[in-house]
Amino acid sequence: MESTRYQKLISNIEPTEMILNMGPQHPSTHGVLRLELITDGEIVKEVIPHVGYLHRCFEKHAENLTYQQTIPFVDRLDYLASMNSSHAWVMGVEKMLGIDGDIPKRIEYIRVLVCELNRIGSHLIALGTYGIDIGAFTPFLWCFRDREHIMNMLEWASGSRMLYNYIWVGGLFYDLPVGFEERCKEFIAYFKPKMNELNELLTGNQIFISRTANVGILPLQTAVNYGCSGPMLRGSGLKWDLRRVDEYSAYPELEFEIPVGKGEMGTTGDCWDRFKVRTDEIKESVHIISQCLERLQTDLKRTPDFDPRAKLPKKIIPKAQDYYVRAENPRGELGFYFITDGKTEIPKRVKARAPSFCNLSVISEISRGVLIADMVAIIGSVDIVLGELDR
Amino acid sequence: MTFEEVKELLIAKFGQEVIVQEEPNGHQPALIIASKSIAAICLELRDNEKTWFDYLSCLSGIDYGVDENIFGIVYHLASLPYKTTLTLKVKQYHDRSRDELPSFQTVTDVWKAAEWHEREAYDLLGIRFEKHPDLRRILLPDDWEGYPLRKDYKVQEYYNGIKVD
Repeated sequence: MESTRYQKLISNIEPTEMILNMGPQHPSTHGVLRLELITDGEIVKEVIPHVGYLHRCFEKHAENLTYQQTIPFVDRLDYLASMNSSHAWVMGVEKMLGIDGDIPKRIEYIRVLVCELNRIGSHLIALGTYGIDIGAFTPFLWCFRDREHIMNMLEWASGSRMLYNYIWVGGLFYDLPVGFEERCKEFIAYFKPKMNELNELLTGNQIFISRTANVGILPLQTAVNYGCSGPMLRGSGLKWDLRRVDEYSAYPELEFEIPVGKGEMGTTGDCWDRFKVRTDEIKESVHIISQCLERLQTDLKRTPDFDPRAKLPKKIIPKAQDYYVRAENPRGELGFYFITDGKTEIPKRVKARAPSFCNLSVISEISRGVLIADMVAIIGSVDIVLGELDR
Repeated sequence: MTFEEVKELLIAKFGQEVIVQEEPNGHQPALIIASKSIAAICLELRDNEKTWFDYLSCLSGIDYGVDENIFGIVYHLASLPYKTTLTLKVKQYHDRSRDELPSFQTVTDVWKAAEWHEREAYDLLGIRFEKHPDLRRILLPDDWEGYPLRKDYKVQEYYNGIKVD
């Protein structure tokens, strides 16, 4: 067998160079990611990511469980955005069953509501921990303080703080609890000025800008070729959001903008742009939530006879087919590829296309020749979740 | 471009024999491509200004079961300028002998995104990709035995002296 690029890199190392292992236990790698750096002094010559430390055989599990039983496993892929992950999975199964048009409007709006809440929570972690990576401790505490409200609300709805199992095939676990809409409105009123405070503290901070602008520049061509998605792709300046492209669930009826990186502080596609896209996306999510609440309190109001489990299929046996579903997660395009045989309740094959997986693969391309300190800034700006990366 | 137009474009450029079979029905119609021309076809679909499939959404390795002994790769392409999608498949018979793995052409020269996806297919299904620049295991340890997503997979009893449950 011919030698791999990895073997060539390691065997051709110069006497002046040093191999430095960053991770798997390193605070700035956001989990158990290991980066093998070939360094020349402070300069990073080459980055070799090693992943798989959190591999939990998701695809093998999915081949042995029914679609409904797999939802808790799907929640554990991207554990910071469980609602969004299970929404994608459920949409795929519903499309295969052919019941995607029968889902009541109220359920679609509740799904979008909880997904957007979860998206804000996920982005708050990304922004807060990025601040810590760069050396700003206060924003982290502010972000977690605000995220706590979201966690409490989602716990109230689903019974769990992070791994919800709330969105089911054909419906929901429960309807929203009485008073949820009012509580959510209060949260929105509280949260709106908090984003401006965060922007004043961190996004516009000169020290932060110096650390992130013109660092880790990802040109659009490279981003597309490496299959980057989500804020990584939008940070490089392309308006590409599957919520608009595929127009799934209740999104066609909702108004929101797609923020893109413009290179305001440096070059388009640098770390600062990716950070800015996330802060802007939080504002858009708040806007979406307000619209959902408006509808959920007027024409889609709760009625005593409304049953969120009414459309739940008794047996989930899709026809023999294969189907690839994709949806916009906080980190980008989450996809599931199903192959079914039409006879059993268990899929023949499931492949999960995780956004972090593709987003991380570009890291050796964008971090050649940077300083080790900038390496930390680059990893943080990719915003990986190892749970879905390793599956 | 619609599915039919893409098919005609490929037949005009490469001849009838590159499309082995087609699956026109279902939610996502698919073309089954002769496995020796998949890399050339992908390059054409990426660079042709009528298709511009510049984005590889997903690449999945498949084991179609112990009865058929067929291995395959499914490519989900997307075009960012035209907002269209396309599914391509390649399939190959393989008798599951341990000496030689089923082997397909790599598409890493077309989309860099394929590099890690192909490593994953190699890791979990034991599918080789000719001329892949860095074909190593990605999720499992380098000394793991067997390919877990194969339908005839039996887990090894001991791994480095530790009992595997």
